Amino acid sequence: MADFSIKIDPDQIATITWDCPQKPFNILNFEAINLLDSLIDKIIGDENIIGAVITSAKPDFAAGMDLKVLADLKKLNGDNPAQGLFDGFMQMHSIMRKIERAGMDPKTNKGGKPIVTVLPGTALGIGLEIPLCTHRIFAANNKKAKIGLPEIKVGIFPGAGGTTRLVRKLGIFGASQFLLEGKTVDPIKAKSSGLIDEVSDNPMADAKAWILAARDVDIVKPWDQKGYKLPGGAPYSPSGFMTFVGASAMVNGKTMGAYPAAKAMMSAIYEGSLVPFDTALRIEARWFTNIVMNPSSSAMIRSLFISKGALEKGAVRPKEVPDQRVKTVGILGAGMMGAGIALVAAQAGINVVLVDRDQTAADKGKGYSEKYLTDGINRGKISDKIKEETLTRILATNDYTNLSEADLVIEAVFEDAKVKSDVTKAVIEVIPKDCIFASNTSTLPISELANASKYPENYIGIHFFSPVEKMLLVEIIKGKKTEARAVAKALDFVRQIKKTPIVVNDARFFYANRCIIPYLNEGLRMITEGIPPSIIESAAKQLGFPLGPIQLVDETSIELGAKIARATKAAMGASYPNEQIDEILFWMESKGRLGRKAGEGFYNYNEKGKREGFWNGLEKKFPLSTKKIAFIDVQHRLMFIQALEAVRALEEGVLMDIREGDVGAILGWGFAPWSGGPLSWLDILGTPYATERCKVLCETYGPRFKCPPILAELGKNNEAFYDRFSPES
Amino acid sequence: MKEVFIYDAVRTPRGKGRKDGSLHEVSALALSTTVLNNIRKRNDLDGQIVEDVIWGNVTQIGEQGACLARTAVLASELDEAVPGISINRFCASGLEAVNLAANQIRGGAGNCYIAGGVESMSRVPMSSDGGAVAVDPSFTMNNYFVPQGISADLIATKYGFSRDQADELAVESQKRANIAWNEDRFSGSIVSVKDVNGLTILDRDEYIRPDTDMQKLGALKSAFQDIGQGMPGFDKVALMKYPEIDEINHIHHAGNSSGIVDGAAGILIGDQEFGNARGLKPRAKIRATCKMGTEPTIMLTGPVPATNKILSESGLKIGDIDLFEVNEAFASIVLMFENAFKINHDKVNVNGGSIAMGHPLGATGAMILGTLLDELERQDKTMGLATLCVASGMGAATIIERV
Repeated sequence: MADFSIKIDPDQIATITWDCPQKPFNILNFEAINLLDSLIDKIIGDENIIGAVITSAKPDFAAGMDLKVLADLKKLNGDNPAQGLFDGFMQMHSIMRKIERAGMDPKTNKGGKPIVTVLPGTALGIGLEIPLCTHRIFAANNKKAKIGLPEIKVGIFPGAGGTTRLVRKLGIFGASQFLLEGKTVDPIKAKSSGLIDEVSDNPMADAKAWILAARDVDIVKPWDQKGYKLPGGAPYSPSGFMTFVGASAMVNGKTMGAYPAAKAMMSAIYEGSLVPFDTALRIEARWFTNIVMNPSSSAMIRSLFISKGALEKGAVRPKEVPDQRVKTVGILGAGMMGAGIALVAAQAGINVVLVDRDQTAADKGKGYSEKYLTDGINRGKISDKIKEETLTRILATNDYTNLSEADLVIEAVFEDAKVKSDVTKAVIEVIPKDCIFASNTSTLPISELANASKYPENYIGIHFFSPVEKMLLVEIIKGKKTEARAVAKALDFVRQIKKTPIVVNDARFFYANRCIIPYLNEGLRMITEGIPPSIIESAAKQLGFPLGPIQLVDETSIELGAKIARATKAAMGASYPNEQIDEILFWMESKGRLGRKAGEGFYNYNEKGKREGFWNGLEKKFPLSTKKIAFIDVQHRLMFIQALEAVRALEEGVLMDIREGDVGAILGWGFAPWSGGPLSWLDILGTPYATERCKVLCETYGPRFKCPPILAELGKNNEAFYDRFSPES
Repeated sequence: MKEVFIYDAVRTPRGKGRKDGSLHEVSALALSTTVLNNIRKRNDLDGQIVEDVIWGNVTQIGEQGACLARTAVLASELDEAVPGISINRFCASGLEAVNLAANQIRGGAGNCYIAGGVESMSRVPMSSDGGAVAVDPSFTMNNYFVPQGISADLIATKYGFSRDQADELAVESQKRANIAWNEDRFSGSIVSVKDVNGLTILDRDEYIRPDTDMQKLGALKSAFQDIGQGMPGFDKVALMKYPEIDEINHIHHAGNSSGIVDGAAGILIGDQEFGNARGLKPRAKIRATCKMGTEPTIMLTGPVPATNKILSESGLKIGDIDLFEVNEAFASIVLMFENAFKINHDKVNVNGGSIAMGHPLGATGAMILGTLLDELERQDKTMGLATLCVASGMGAATIIERV
């Protein structure tokens, strides 16, 4: 069975049906492209065909390009991968242009055959770029369908004409939300914003009717007509000038210059808008080749698309354990974390027993879901019915005996070993023997907490990030005695609530916090060295971090930071390395500047909680240094301090799979997404250079930058992490 | 090397660069020929005497396009054997024209030039010639392009100049320009703009607002805060390049930035031989010229390094300079200059500047050089320096010495 098939109806309209064998979604691969090409030739050449519909036999139209195609294209031209890519993209353009021109006379624009698309559901990436080159796009009224061009989110941009066509269709302003933000919308919104033409209950019938009525002029794209003008104006038109000036500044500011794909796309748009359509496609292909050749895009695709997908599909799940999907989850503690977990579980159709010491606290926790769902109704996201159904699934109670049906319990009480131990002991008595017990601790060792349970083999860490409903990552922590079924349970639960899991072994701060805390500390350390805080923050943001380390300390609160510091010091004793950081942290604490929630921290805040620059007391206590530090050193300190921690986590066996190290870092705390994650970043730098930089940083700034043995060895052999540790499959 | 002299300097009055400005009805060509014809007449330059006309002009599109310099020569009473070249070094174009001419003569290419420039900002709007510098993402994104106003505010922030300091400088500029006009200090150089019938259209700078005070300026809204902090957010772009700055202080507004005006100016430059042959007396020697590139995001810092460079190349010290003209593109440029060289404002822009009288881009350099010479003569001083900040991160300067 082939990916595309053709059928000609008695009304002489051909239907090309896309149906990738043995796949839930259609994705475009290289053979399919050539097949589509030959079918288009047939449609244009066959006198018995008057027009064609391209559609899908699956519930959705297409999920996008098979990204393996990019790797294949790189091999097409011997040792010149850029040429292989460029030629491949140009071939793609010529096929799509053939659809768009549909056999019409190049001069008169007459005699073409109408070719339209019918979208039964989702159409993403190339799944929208193909429709965009047809003459009209009909979509079924399918509210679940997502339509858009999300390429930018994995570090590339629409490179099969999507960029050029959408800008010419909607203007740079209208196209920007789709191209630059990668926004996807349902069919109704897709129509109102000009992405598609029709939404219908019977799109096939409407499409055929349109084909039968179509005149020559109806199938000529605006950009193929005389006198075409770019909507909103071309770059050097009076109306377009300021738009284009503003657009690149806006994109630059929003991305902090950290995303090569955004820059490449802006250039493709700008340069393309100054030349005829076919030349614009060629320019798009050149920039697209450029971005695919950029190591950042390969790393982003690998981490955010391939690895993330694999982890979500259970790449690290113990295969021998049968389905562990959760029916009833018990949540202990209805505070912010517990309430958030209750919400996402209930939304996933899981019954929730939300327990707190008194009924009021439990009800308050459930109230969080109620408010969230009401907001959803107000924003038109969900229906009253969904809200009711979701809330019915949550039982708020102060009675542990309600947990007797639970097959998973997640403890999210106060972050204190004694409190957690007491709760665990009490609950273990009322839950089924085989119920998996999880702690949402972010800092306490799982193996020790497991001692409170009669069944440590059923005890596991499930570390959520705050706010639970927004954060995509869940960190699962195996204690020393944790058995496979508990891991499978946690993974199946995470899959149910549609988040991305990583599984790590138990060690201080697990993986995420182990890397984040040094990031925060390095920021604070630099303040004490007299480096201007604005430089530290800007360095982080220009690396693509959503928040600079100092702002992040304010957000997570100085109180918490000081608490963790004291606990760490107590645990580590003489080897504690962070006296310099405690100096500033404890001093801030003593000043009562506890962070954003307190209304004052490293930053000042106004009554509305908006940041208003750095507190000037900081500079008095830690005067600015007269020595200037190179900006790249600030950036490298912030990057290496995390990346080296990731390497150590790998060395110590805390990380078991480098994919988890990379995906976890990006989704967990926004580690420079353009880099593909800390280990990918070291590969991009090149391990020999990374080793060399460690040496310099270590000599200049301290032994915390000492090169871990694994990195040193890779550097010596000029080997990449993804060469040595690449997981099979 | 040959010495080069200024023999004459003329300029038109500056008209408000708007539809209701007096010179809006006058073409850039007519402004140019007004200056060229006056120089010809005042110095009796009949025949093939002038080697070239070097004409500064920033927005070379529409009526200012297609080498306006050559068109102006042909439309003027100069001989058709005089060629003409339009040049663009943004705001320093008029000064760069003079410097180029001086250096041509020094190098032996002819002994007489007319150098100056023109800008009809009311008829050919700024930026209407486009330019990759502001639009092409492969440049703007990698080089952190921001508009000049943002750069001027960035300078104010970096060096700590307050809105009050800038406003005080603006009030002083207005006061000085008003006095200069009332005392007729410009009369030797101003040539009125006339219509085809010889009727006067404008004979006085019309942009000046002598009644400007701190209170009036205080009421003005900062001009670049919206595009800086709101859409499209240029501040963020500038601060990527200047991470040591926490937030940009937007101190500039219409009242403490240069005015948009129409006007033209020209300077007659020649060697001693030329003066001897024509019976003309040199007014000043062009001691030194200089131009240089600087960091393009903060863009407008050029006058300081350009001055350092020209002083060091000419073996002069800042104390040797009696009077300065520092173009008042934005108040912070002058504040930065005075701050860098510890110069008292009494020596700088003695007769007001572009904040009061306006800044006709292509002409300003020649205008302030003429003003400088007039004032050196009036005060009977010797040495003067004129400098301008230049878009895209450049600076230019000229030192003249009376003879």
